[in-house]
Order: sequence, then C-alpha cells, then structure tokens
Amino acid sequence: MERATKVVQSWLPAGKEYVCVMRLHKEVAHEKIEAVCQEFTGPLYQRPPLRSSVKRRLRIRKVYFTEVLEILGKDVLIRVGCEAGFYMRKLVHDIGEVLGTGAHMLELRRTRAGPFKEDNTLITLLNLTDAYHYWKEDGDEQFLRKVIQPVEDGLVHLPKFYVRDSAVDAICHGAKLTAPGVLKLSDNLKPSSTAVILTQKGEAVAIAEAIMLSKDILEIDHGVVANTKKVIMPRSKYPGWKFFKKTKED
Amino acid sequence: MEKGRLPSDVRGDVLIKAQEATGEWGNIPTERPIEEHVKFGIINLDKPAGPTSHEVVAWVKRILYMNKAGHGGTLEFCKRIAE
Repeated sequence: MERATKVVQSWLPAGKEYVCVMRLHKEVAHEKIEAVCQEFTGPLYQRPPLRSSVKRRLRIRKVYFTEVLEILGKDVLIRVGCEAGFYMRKLVHDIGEVLGTGAHMLELRRTRAGPFKEDNTLITLLNLTDAYHYWKEDGDEQFLRKVIQPVEDGLVHLPKFYVRDSAVDAICHGAKLTAPGVLKLSDNLKPSSTAVILTQKGEAVAIAEAIMLSKDILEIDHGVVANTKKVIMPRSKYPGWKFFKKTKED
Repeated sequence: MEKGRLPSDVRGDVLIKAQEATGEWGNIPTERPIEEHVKFGIINLDKPAGPTSHEVVAWVKRILYMNKAGHGGTLEFCKRIAE
C-alpha cells in the first residue's frame, strides 16, 4: 500500500518460482521425463516469444532447479525456480522437443514473488474484507495485522545496513549513507549490491546501493558507503541532525 | 541449486561495526499503530483469475478505505498469477 509500493522493484531481479502443467503430445516413460527435466537446469538460451515487451534477442537465463511433482498420463506437473525474465512457455516447448513428443503449457501459477510465497501470508479478498470488518466494527486489530504484512517483510531478501538513529532523517531526505552512520551490516555486500537500510528497531528507511565490500565498510571510519536509491520512511519520523548535535553538546 | 531454493534465499551473517542505544522514535514494525501498519503494508493476495490486476487493486482500495472520503494514493500490490 502507498509507500510500500517502492519495494516491489527490489523483487524484479530476484528469482521466481512457478508451478505449471505441461501437456506432452504423447505419453512418455516417467524416468525419461524426469531425466530430461533435470537436464534443463543451469544457464539456458532463450529468445523471448513474439508477444513480449522486450527485445527479441537470444539471451541466457538460469534455471535454478526443476522438480517433477506428478505425472498423470500426458500431463506433467512441474515446479521450476528460475531467473527473472525466463519464459516458462518456452521451457515447456523445449522439453517437448527434447522428449521428441512436443509439449505445450496448460496452466501456470507463480508460486513466489520476491520474498513472498504461498504460505500463511497468502490471503483472499474475502479474508481482507473480514479482517477489515473485525477492526471497524469490533475494534479488533489482530486480523488486519495478520493479513497485511509490514513493508519490511518485502525486503528480507536484501542484504542490510543497520544505522544510528542520528543518521536516519538525513537518509529520509536522500542523503548518502556514510561509514560513521553504520552500526551493523550484512557480510555479503559488494559494489552495486542493492541493500536495505534499517533502523535499530528494524524499520525500513530506504533502499540503497552499496559501493564497497562489507569487510571494507567494517574498517573505515569516514566516507560514503552506499548511495540512497529509494526512500521508504517518511521524513521527520526520526529527529534531524540538529537534535542530535544539541544532545551531544549537553 | 537445492530444490526450492533461489539465490535470494541465501542470507549472509550480520557483522557488528559499532553499538548504540536507540531512542523512543519510531516503532518496531509489528507494533506500528494500525493505520500506519495498513498504510505501510504489503498484502500477499491470491488474485482471482478473471479480473485484471487493476480491477483487483481498485477493490482492495475500496475495502480498506471504505470509510475514508478522499484518495489513498497510488497503490500496487504483490500480484500473484492465480490459476
């Protein structure tokens, strides 16, 4: 909702997971299906289909894993984990080619989007309506809190910076993150890593791009360590630098 | 990669550079006042197959802002491709 919309962009490069029903044009031995599906892992060549918004160049996209869930006659239920920009329809077509039977996709369901999957956070419009009514009519917040996740849950997949309270408001105004502001950090930061800046209480301040390695950030005591890309927290939630300057002088 | 695991599932460890106490500003995410929680929230919605994402967004907006006159701002949700 509202400001939380900014986090959706950080999911775009994250991997995706799909479950799909593949219909083969002839029945095939189960072991052969399993074997061929396993072959389709790792980096694969693909050219985007006719109906797509991207340039139709041959490109490489990774498949992280494939799993055959169920086979019923000519229908195969598979689960695939892949890089963003990978076309499942093409994968199904290619598996059909290798099996020699031909195949097409009957149904597709994306089972993951960024850090969200089909777990107890997945709700229906009805759940949402009920939760809202419990709040408005009975003053009971608990259901609304269960069906709506805090924006931070949309950012757990990113490496983190935890910053001092005194650094927060500047970042809300777009300031870059400097070494003295950092209290804790993930150990897997590299130049151009997308990361999330959090307060000590775990609130998302902004999405940033690191400019050096974690081990170097740990050592230096001044200088910029990350560029703020998208501010999430509204300004003035935390006091500005003037407030902290005053208290330091006391 | 192990079945079911995506690269973004690999989380690093947290290194400590310095320590400091935190003041009374802000809240831990699960304890935000409810209006703020909704305003800064994400809904993992199992989108029904028929309507477009756009229509579904309009419905969610109506459900949550039913008693509010005025705009809720731009909304987008984690959209799911449902069967």
